[in-house]
Amino acid sequence: MKMKNSATIQLETLTCPSCIQKIEGAVKNLDGIEKESVKVLFNASKLKVDFDGEKSSVDQIENAITKMGYGVEKSTVKIVS
Amino acid sequence: MQQTILKNKNRITWISAILIVFAYMSKWTTGNTDLFTWPLIIASILGVAPIAIQAYQALRVKVVSIDVLVSIAVIGAIVIQNYEESAIVTFLFLFGSWLEQRTLNKTRSAIRELTEMAPESALKLAADGSFDEVSIGEVAVGDVLLVKTGAKVPVDGAVLSGEGHVNEAGITGESVPARKEKDANVYAGTILENGTLQITADRVGEDTTFGRIIELVEEAQDSKSEAERFIDRFSKYYTPAVLVLAFVVWLITGDFELAITILVLGCPGALVIGVPVSNVAGIGNGARHGILLKGSEIIRDFSRTKTMVFDKTGTLTIGNPSVSETMFYADDKEEVLGYLASIERESDHPLARAVLEEIGDITFSPVQNTEVVKGAGITADVNGHRVAVGNEALMEREQVQLNEEAKADIAHLVESGNSLVLTSVDGMLKVLMGVRDPIRKGVREDLHRLGKMGVKNLVMLSGDNQGTVDVVSRELGLTEAHGHMLPEDKAAYIKKLKKEGSTVAFVGDGVNDSPSLALADVGIAMGNGTDVAIETSDVVLVNSDFSRLPHALGLTKATSFNMKQNIAIAVGVVLILLTGLLFSEWVNMSVGMLLHELSILVVILNGMRLLGYRPR
Repeated sequence: MKMKNSATIQLETLTCPSCIQKIEGAVKNLDGIEKESVKVLFNASKLKVDFDGEKSSVDQIENAITKMGYGVEKSTVKIVS
Repeated sequence: MQQTILKNKNRITWISAILIVFAYMSKWTTGNTDLFTWPLIIASILGVAPIAIQAYQALRVKVVSIDVLVSIAVIGAIVIQNYEESAIVTFLFLFGSWLEQRTLNKTRSAIRELTEMAPESALKLAADGSFDEVSIGEVAVGDVLLVKTGAKVPVDGAVLSGEGHVNEAGITGESVPARKEKDANVYAGTILENGTLQITADRVGEDTTFGRIIELVEEAQDSKSEAERFIDRFSKYYTPAVLVLAFVVWLITGDFELAITILVLGCPGALVIGVPVSNVAGIGNGARHGILLKGSEIIRDFSRTKTMVFDKTGTLTIGNPSVSETMFYADDKEEVLGYLASIERESDHPLARAVLEEIGDITFSPVQNTEVVKGAGITADVNGHRVAVGNEALMEREQVQLNEEAKADIAHLVESGNSLVLTSVDGMLKVLMGVRDPIRKGVREDLHRLGKMGVKNLVMLSGDNQGTVDVVSRELGLTEAHGHMLPEDKAAYIKKLKKEGSTVAFVGDGVNDSPSLALADVGIAMGNGTDVAIETSDVVLVNSDFSRLPHALGLTKATSFNMKQNIAIAVGVVLILLTGLLFSEWVNMSVGMLLHELSILVVILNGMRLLGYRPR
């Protein structure tokens, strides 16, 4: 991984625990995602993920989530290395 | 198209409801089958659309979700022309998820309130010398920021100029506003009550103390216990298993209706949501009352605590020794106190500080030939008099005679847990002071309540001498008390207790007790927002408020019990439905869906009770 980015995405309130599996699945299927790092916090309704900034972007991740029908409220990205 | 349907889910729910009501009204009034059937068909198709879309998306990422089960069941019902079932089931499912969303938001409200306290903007010094409002994300370490009266301090930093009073209740628990001037430290999330400050940012965003508390609570509410992870794994295979089961039943019995009924009955709703709901409500209640619980594993361990070990100084006692009694054996009080203060002024011993505080304003005299006698006290020449300040051993060394009255006073002070400061001038005992670290208010009652809640052993460990420790122990009604303990001795003692099989909680101040905090099953820090306390402990009493301890224990017990209730409700409903299906006639798809949605609501409402929990 050349450019490691770490994103925290605030989602609309999650209500069904199976949403977690769906969102996790959708994000993991994207290119350049560090699969182990994908973590959906159910109660906080947040997604935390590390990804390669050269292969993927926050926009792509947000897109994948909205396509599943979940709203994205806010996201912050930090470049780790 | 897909997204428009999903966005209008709530509207669809209401339209379905109206259509269903219309259908039944016309059936009972006109008896017209068309006016009955068609609204139901429309309601079914409208209602199943969003569910089917969600099901399709889930399948694409290889997840068999509840939506899949419900979609198949509803489409099946439409195929066999049972429109009543299909319409009512879709409506109940949509209505249920709407209600879930509303009530779930309530259970999360306590923690949301906390996160909303986070500062969002700051006034940052620009190149031209003016201050511009920027979002908090744009503030970097080293930036100069302006804080006005009534505003939140946006970062952890140091005051550059200006002065004012800051309300730090959120971080330190101190409700009296603290005065801040140049070089004082300020913390993010605290509120400037008056004055204006310019500060430099030392730590921003998630690195601030406030940011870390929030992150900790957020992680805690989503941390999973072993039981939850089991349920998660279980439900991952459970849903596909239901699908397979329904298919098998259909093949064997040829009864299509029975098969799709099984699909609806098999929805795992309440089981999956019950435990997280209790967890988030319990942690939320704690956060509101200055108790940070780091996750559901801790809740379980804490609720089972049988032995609680306390550090003495700063935990059971205030940690700030003060003079409790003063006895004079001479008439020249002012003069003697002046000598005493002059000598103590040069010492940084905690007892000396207490003595000086007691004496207050007085005339000081020059001190010469000061000699510190280790473990005994100080001798010096003041105004041409030989003065000795220290304990009984020092008096013996100085050959000071103690009369019967003084001996009786000493015995009395030692008995009530005091350390002694004796002062002699030219070989004559003049003043005797007893210094005590007072016990925190209400600790005795709090300990008693902990005992009543099932904590059988209340143990105190301290570095002080055994005499003082015994006195405090007797006063507080502890089961055990050990003195002369270094931090490593305390840790070893906790190891021993754990080996004996007891669930051990350790309560300490988090600074010098970190080994014990880390080692105990539950480490409880009397933190005033210090980093160490937040890092090494499992539970943080944010305001260093000892009286929160019974609340914390009671809350974890209530939360644990609440989780068990929720699991029982969820499993119970499934069992009732299955027996109903096998042995009687009353269970159909609609009844199944209704009971499922009801059970989900019941577990959420049950979890919500924890938000209002208060110890009796």
